[in-house]
Amino acid sequence: MTATLHDHPHPNMTHADVTRDVVATLQTPSRGYYLALFSAIGLFLVGAVTFLALLKDGLGLAGYTPPVFWSVYITTFVFWVGIGHAGTLISAILFLFRSPWRTAVYRSTEAMTVFAVMTAGLFPIIHIGRQWIFYWLLPYPNQRWLWPNFKSPLIWDVFAISTYLTVSTTFLVVGLVPDIAAVRDKMTGWRKKLYSALSIGWTGADSQWRHYSRGYLYLAALATPLVLSVHSVVSWDFAMSIIPGWHGTIFAPYFVAGAIYSGIGMVLTLVIPLRKVLKIEHMITEYHFDNLAKLTLLTGSILFYAYAMEYFVGWYSSNIFEQTTFWRRAFGPQWWSGWTMIICNAFVSQLLWFKKIRTNLTSLFVISIFINIGMWFERYVIITSSLANDFLPFAWGQMNPTWADWGILVGSFGWFGMYFLLFARTFPVVAIQEIKEMIPMPRRKKGAH
Amino acid sequence: MAKMMSGVLGAFKYEDAAVDAIKGLKAKGFKDLTVYSAAPNHHLEEALDQPVSWVRAFTLIGGLTGCAAGFGMTLWMSYDWPLMVGGKPIGAIPPYVVLGFELTILYGALSTVAGVIILSAMKSLKGRPFKPEFSDDTIGIFVPCPPEQRGTVRKFLEDVGSDEVSEHGA
Repeated sequence: MTATLHDHPHPNMTHADVTRDVVATLQTPSRGYYLALFSAIGLFLVGAVTFLALLKDGLGLAGYTPPVFWSVYITTFVFWVGIGHAGTLISAILFLFRSPWRTAVYRSTEAMTVFAVMTAGLFPIIHIGRQWIFYWLLPYPNQRWLWPNFKSPLIWDVFAISTYLTVSTTFLVVGLVPDIAAVRDKMTGWRKKLYSALSIGWTGADSQWRHYSRGYLYLAALATPLVLSVHSVVSWDFAMSIIPGWHGTIFAPYFVAGAIYSGIGMVLTLVIPLRKVLKIEHMITEYHFDNLAKLTLLTGSILFYAYAMEYFVGWYSSNIFEQTTFWRRAFGPQWWSGWTMIICNAFVSQLLWFKKIRTNLTSLFVISIFINIGMWFERYVIITSSLANDFLPFAWGQMNPTWADWGILVGSFGWFGMYFLLFARTFPVVAIQEIKEMIPMPRRKKGAH
Repeated sequence: MAKMMSGVLGAFKYEDAAVDAIKGLKAKGFKDLTVYSAAPNHHLEEALDQPVSWVRAFTLIGGLTGCAAGFGMTLWMSYDWPLMVGGKPIGAIPPYVVLGFELTILYGALSTVAGVIILSAMKSLKGRPFKPEFSDDTIGIFVPCPPEQRGTVRKFLEDVGSDEVSEHGA
C-alpha cells in the first residue's frame, strides 16, 4: 500500500520519504509543466503588449464611460488581492490554530499569496493613467514639501498592500529556509551551490530552531490581523464614499469572507492539477481537499448571508438611491453579471454540503472555476453597477469593457501563472519540515517518553 | 575553511536514544552541545531545556517603533502642510489608526526576522561538524570536548544508542 498522509494523525510515511518525494518534484519537469509555463508566458505577453498600447495612447483605450471611471482594472485589482487572502489564512491563521491539514498545502497557497499580491499591485499603477508617476502615492519629500492625504482610503491601501506584500513574502521566505537546506543536502553540482547560498547557513542546529520557531510563531501572529485588515482597507476604498451600493458597514467582513472564498477557489484550481503534474498525490490527498472544501463552504455561506443582507439593507433603508442600485444590479442592463455573481458564489458553494462532492476532485475543480469567475464578477458588479447608477438618472451610463480591459486581465493571469509555475519548479511546494514535525520519529522503546 | 572543533559527533535514528544522550551528557557536565534535527522536536527541546528565545523582544520593540512611526509620520506630515480635508481636524486620529496599525505589523515582522538572524548568529557554528542526513531523517549531537575526553564521550554515545559516532578536530 502506498504511504499517504490521508490517515493522519498516524501517517505511515517516514522523514526520509518526505524529503525524497518533495525533492523529486524539483527534478526534470514533465511536458505538461512546460505546456502550462509557455501558455502562461503567452498570456503574459498579451498583457504586456496591451500595457504598451496603454502607455502610448492612454486610458481612452479601456472601456471607461462616464460616470464609470473605476472598472475592469480596479475589479481585477480587488480580485487578485482577495486571492492572496486564502494563502495567509492557511499559512498563518491555521498555524496558530494548530490545524494539522494545512501542512501539505500551505506552501503552495503562501506562494500563491505572494504572486497574487504582486499581480494586484500592478493594477492601481495601470489604472492611474500616467503610470510613470505612480510614486506620487508615496510620502516622499517632493519639490513643494506636499504630503499625501492620509485621510484618504486610497493612501491607506498603498500602505496596506505594501505591508501585505512585504510581510507575506517574508513569511514565505522564512518558511522556505529549512526546506531549502534539506533540498541542498540532496542536490549535486551547481544546484547544490545555488541552494547552499539560498539556505543562508541553515543546519537545523538547536540554536537555530530555538529562535526560528519563536520567530515563525510571531510572524504568524502578526500576519493574522494583517490579512483581516488588508481586505477591510480595500473594502473601505468603496465604503468610505457615499456612492449607493458602496456605503455599507457590512463591507469589511463581507470583503474578507469573499477574499478567503475566492482564494480557496484559486488554491483548488492550482493544487488539483499541480499534485498530479508533480506526482505528489499521496501527500496532498482527499483529506486536504475535504478540509479546503469545508472552508469554502463556510466562507461561501458567509457570502450568501452578505448578499442577502446587502439587498435587505438596500430595501429596508427606504433610500431610493440604494433601492434603485440594487434593483438595477438584478434587473438592469447588466443583470447577467449580477446573477453570475450570485449563482457562482452563493449557490454553487452550497453543493459542498455533500461529502461526495467535497472529495471528488473533478467536481471540486469545476466548482473552483465557478468560484474564480463568480468572485471576479462580484467585484465587477459592486464597482461598476454602483458607479453606473448613482444619484441623477441623466448622468447614468453603462461601461462596456474593451480589448484593452480584457488584454490586461488575461495578461494578469499569465503573469501570476508564470511566477507560480517557476516557483513550483524551483522550490519545495510541500513544506518538508512541517510535515516531518507531524510525523513522529522512530523510537526504540514503544510508547516510551 | 574554519578549523574543526575538537569533539565527538553522534548520529541517532531513534528519537528517544537522542533524548537519553542529551540528558546523560548534560548530567555529565557537557553544556555546549549542538543538536541537529530536520524539524523542530519538542522532546529534544525539553531535554535541552533552553530558555525562551529573546526574539519576542525584537518583535515588541519593532512593533512599538512601527506604531510610533505610523502615527508620528501622519501627524507630522499633516501639520507640516496644514490642509483641511472633508471638514476633519488637521491631525485626525481615527483615519491614522490604519497607518499606525500597518506600520506596527510591518516593523514588527521585519524586526522579528532580524531578531531570528541576529540571535541565531550569536552562537557560531563554525568548526562544528554537520552531516547531510541531519536535514533528512537523523538527529545529530555534537559534543565539544578536549581530545583526551573523546574516548569517554564516544563510548557513552555508543552505549546510549547512537547509530554512528565519529571524532573530530586535531
